[in-house]
Order: sequence, then C-alpha cells, then structure tokens
Amino acid sequence: MGRSSKFLKIFAITYLIFLYAPALLLPIFSFNSSQIIAFPLSGFTTGWFEALLYQETLHEALRNSLIVATSSSIFATILGTLASRSTSRYQFPGKQVSLTFILAPLVLPEIIVGVSLLIVLIQLGLPLNLWSVVLGHTLLIMPFSILIMNSAFNNLDISLEEASLDLGETQFGTFRRVILPLVYPGIMASLLLGFTLSLDEFIIAFFLTGTETTLPVYIWSLFRFPKQLPTTMALGTILIIVSLILLSLSEYFRRRAAKTQNTVL
Amino acid sequence: MSKLVQVENVYKSFGDVNAVNGVSVAIEEGQFYSLLGPSGCGKTTLLRLIAGFEQPTSGQIFIDNSSMEGIEPNFRPTNMVFQNYAIFPHLNVEENVAYGLRSKRDPSLNQNKLVDEALELVGLSGFNKRSSNALSGGQKQRVALARALILKPKVLLLDEPLSALDKKLREQMQSELRHLQRAVGITFILVTHDQEEALTMSDTVAVMFDGKVAQEASPKELYEFPTSKEVASFIGEMNFVNGNVVENKSFTVRSEIFGEIAIDKSRVFGNASNKIILGIRPEKISIIRKPSRSKAFISATIIDVSYFGETTCYKVSCGSNETLTISSQNSVDQINYSLGDKIYLKADTNNIMAFSN
Repeated sequence: MGRSSKFLKIFAITYLIFLYAPALLLPIFSFNSSQIIAFPLSGFTTGWFEALLYQETLHEALRNSLIVATSSSIFATILGTLASRSTSRYQFPGKQVSLTFILAPLVLPEIIVGVSLLIVLIQLGLPLNLWSVVLGHTLLIMPFSILIMNSAFNNLDISLEEASLDLGETQFGTFRRVILPLVYPGIMASLLLGFTLSLDEFIIAFFLTGTETTLPVYIWSLFRFPKQLPTTMALGTILIIVSLILLSLSEYFRRRAAKTQNTVL
Repeated sequence: MSKLVQVENVYKSFGDVNAVNGVSVAIEEGQFYSLLGPSGCGKTTLLRLIAGFEQPTSGQIFIDNSSMEGIEPNFRPTNMVFQNYAIFPHLNVEENVAYGLRSKRDPSLNQNKLVDEALELVGLSGFNKRSSNALSGGQKQRVALARALILKPKVLLLDEPLSALDKKLREQMQSELRHLQRAVGITFILVTHDQEEALTMSDTVAVMFDGKVAQEASPKELYEFPTSKEVASFIGEMNFVNGNVVENKSFTVRSEIFGEIAIDKSRVFGNASNKIILGIRPEKISIIRKPSRSKAFISATIIDVSYFGETTCYKVSCGSNETLTISSQNSVDQINYSLGDKIYLKADTNNIMAFSN
C-alpha cells in the first residue's frame, strides 16, 4: 500500500508541475527587466505593467472582451437555464436528440465551429463585429451552462414546487420564491464560468471578429513585435490571476448549490 | 352531515397504466379519512387528483359542492403535507410557515400572530427563527403541518406523512395527528400503506387495490367484516382454509380442519358457489392442553413459534397439509408451548367468515 500511494503522490505532483510550470513562467518574466525572454533573469521591474496603462489599443481590446464575455455569458446562461429546465422537468419527443445537439460544441473542434459560423454569417450577409463573436461564444458556452444548470435542477425536489403551488402561490411566484433562490448558485456559477471561457477564447473570436479585436486576438497580434513581448507577459499574468479568481468563485457557487439542495431532506 | 369531498367515477391513466380505475368515494366533513393499500394501488394518485396536481382522465371531483375540473392546486381549498415534507430549505421555520399567507398578499392578516399560533398548535413554539436544515424529521413534519393548517384549508391531504419516522416517533405522531384533527375539526385525508396506522387513526378507511376501492368502512367493520378475501388478508392476519358448501339453506360448510359448521349469513361475502374459502383471525383460535368433552377441537402440532412480547404467534400443522397461525396473549397464567408440542385447538366458529373463491 505504501509503495503505490507514494507512486501516486509523485505522479500527482509531476502532473501539477507540467500543468502549471509554463504558466508560472509568465509572472516571472513579466517582472524581469530584460526584453529578451530567457534565463538568467536580469533584474526586477514593474515597468511592463506600467506600460500596459498607456496602450490605447489594449484598452479597447479589453473593453471589447468585457462586452463579449458579459453578453455571451448572460445569453448562454439564460438559454442554458431554459434548456436545462425543460429537459430536466418535462418529457417531450426528441428531447435526447436536441440535448445532444446542444451539447455538441463541447466536443466539436473550435476551429470547425469558427469556420462554419464564419461561412454562415458571410452567406447571410451579416457584418462581422463584436456581436458575431458574442454569437459564437454563446454557442460555445451554452453546453457548460446547461451542464451546470442540469445539476442544479436535478437536485431540485419537484415536491418543493408542488408545495408552493399547493400553498396558493402562482407558477411565476413559485419560480421567483422557490426555484430561483434554490438554483441561484448554479446561475452564478454558470455566469462566472461562461465569462472566463469567453474572456480566454481565441479561435472563434479570431474568425468572427471584425475590426474590433478581443483581448486574446490582440495578444496574438502582439507577437509580431518582439519588443512587446514582456508587456504581453504582464498582461498574461493579469489574465491568469483574473481567470483563477473567477473560476474559484464559480466553483464556490457550484458547491454551494450542491450543499443547499442536498440538505433538503 | 354534508359530503365535503365527492369523487365521482374517477379514472386516471398514465400511458398504458390505469392508476385510478373508477373510484367513487364521498368524504364527510370533519372526518379523518384514510386511503389504505399496497404501493402502486393508486392511493397517492387519488390524493394528487384531489389536490389538483393531476387531472382525472375522466370523472369528476367536487369539494364543498364545487367542481374542481380545471382548477389549479393554488386555487383549491386543500393543502397537502408531502411525504418528504417539502420544507423550503432556503427559508427558516417562520418563513416556511408564513409562505402561504404571503401568497395571499393580504395586508390585513397579522402574519406574526398567525405563525405563532400555528407553531403552538404543532408544539414548536419558539422555533420561529430556526433554520429548516437544523430540524429533525419529526420537527419538519410539524412545520409542514403548521404551514398547511395556517391557511385553514377545508381539506388537509397527508401523503404517507409518517413513513419516514422511526417507530416510536411514528406512534407518537399518530396520536398527535388524531388529537390535532379533533382540535381543528378540519377534514383529513391520509394516504398510507400501513394498515395499523389507518386503523388507529381513522374514522373511515377506504382499502384500495389496483386503482379501485375494495371496501370503505370504519376500522372495526373493516377488521371484523372484510367483504373480500383480499381485504381480509391485507387488514391484519387471517387464516384461510378451503371448504365446500354442503347445505345452502343454513350455509353449512365442510372443511378438513373445522369439520361441518354453519356460517351466519352476515359473514358470507361474495357470490358463494360450491367451493369457498373460510377465514378466521389468529386470535379467534385458542389452544387447549386437553380435549374437553365437546367435539369441536382440532388436534395440531406446533411447527413454528414467534415471540412478540405481548403475544406469541404459533404456526401449527393440522392434518395432511393445512397450517394455521394462532396468536396467543401472553397473560399471567399463559402456558408457553414449544416446537413439536402436540396441542388441541378450539376455534371460535362464530367468527369464521366465508369468501367466494
């Protein structure tokens, strides 16, 4: 027993190192005073972070990304909540098939989704702008939203809804006073995860963006200028920290959802 | 007394399954009425039809002389105590109890006073601010009762409310529910699969099998005069013995164990043909050590003994392949018999019933 548990421990640690070591390089080099990304480190500076404050195109990309991430996470959560509610509570023909199709973007390569959306939008004669990115991201986030909301709704005891109706409350009142408060942590988790996914997403944004770029697309464009690399590192550092915070919050809400509902009985 | 709840020829099917298969019952105001039956007999579906969570496939339900057709649960004068209590986990005790009052949106109601009264009624005074997750099963049960009773419904529906409680608490809640029902005077309709629960609590019991009401009667009548073999075996214990009718006028029946006996017409149920089934309760048979001079005794051998504390249950074999179950009170001078003992039985033949096969 001791031997295998020791092996598993080493395996887990190695795994974590491979997963996070590259990401750790970003903050290290973002505080390095040299423009060249290589060891040994030459000195400490916060200059690259300060430089971020003066890049107008960066600010614009950030603003665009916030718009896209906020809108697509809200749209995806609303649609995901409705889809999940209907599949978890009602029986209708084609339920499994439609659910499978909605969840398909989870396994479809993003590049395929990006290219096909681009073709569809061009064929329809629609302009490429932030809203086309929002459309793509909504499609991408919705499966995650559905999976989160499914667990929230499946844990919701149907007799709670019946009890509310039985006590004289209307359907809408029941939704507001019972269902919403109980699935609210799920909704928060879905919003936060969706926001994070959209904020980091590159491929679909790259295909569908017009002249207004999102943050990841902007970062990619910076690679053409080696001088900008350290600032990109600084930006990357900030993005990693923000994503980690959002994901932790999302996980916190997801767990709270599971906790409040599992104590129903 | 007027009939408060009238169920008229109600059918309910889910796909191919007929859950409720032509039920007509009339429940009087102020009654403690039980729907009793094995699981899957349609009793819960019938309760849900009365509550309005299901709509009948055909037939009508009237409450207080108004048709409930198309009326949603939130507009019916009924309230329900759910099997799992359905306490809102995100609300505290007080908010749970006041839930229905808030739905009414009537500012003239003194909510706090009504909540306090309701909590006092169920013995939970001072629990107002308690989190619903910090309640025991019995306390949740009481909150569910208070939450329903605070709305002063015409009918309180209880869906197996005691099945999740342990035996001691269940017995305590049975008597409390009975007292509560008498105190508030509201008609209670209880769904249960526990015949003891139904018998001890109810004024009237409807026994259901396969979506139909097999018999509707008072607990005593149900036990003493079950109208079918199914009801007889579901309510309490019953010994069944095959017999042949040898004389129709006095209804004399011949059977291997009891010999030739005449059965009173009031205890003959169903269409009696030549072959019938006799039934006798285990406590209507007594054990005697030595046969008396009277002829009516049965010789038997004890093949199984189960000790229940206040009673002992003997399984005995008499004759070729007939067995009987006998329940014997463990009173002071009771002799304890053991496995293999040869004994003699005396059956109270006045209590033998006859059922059609």
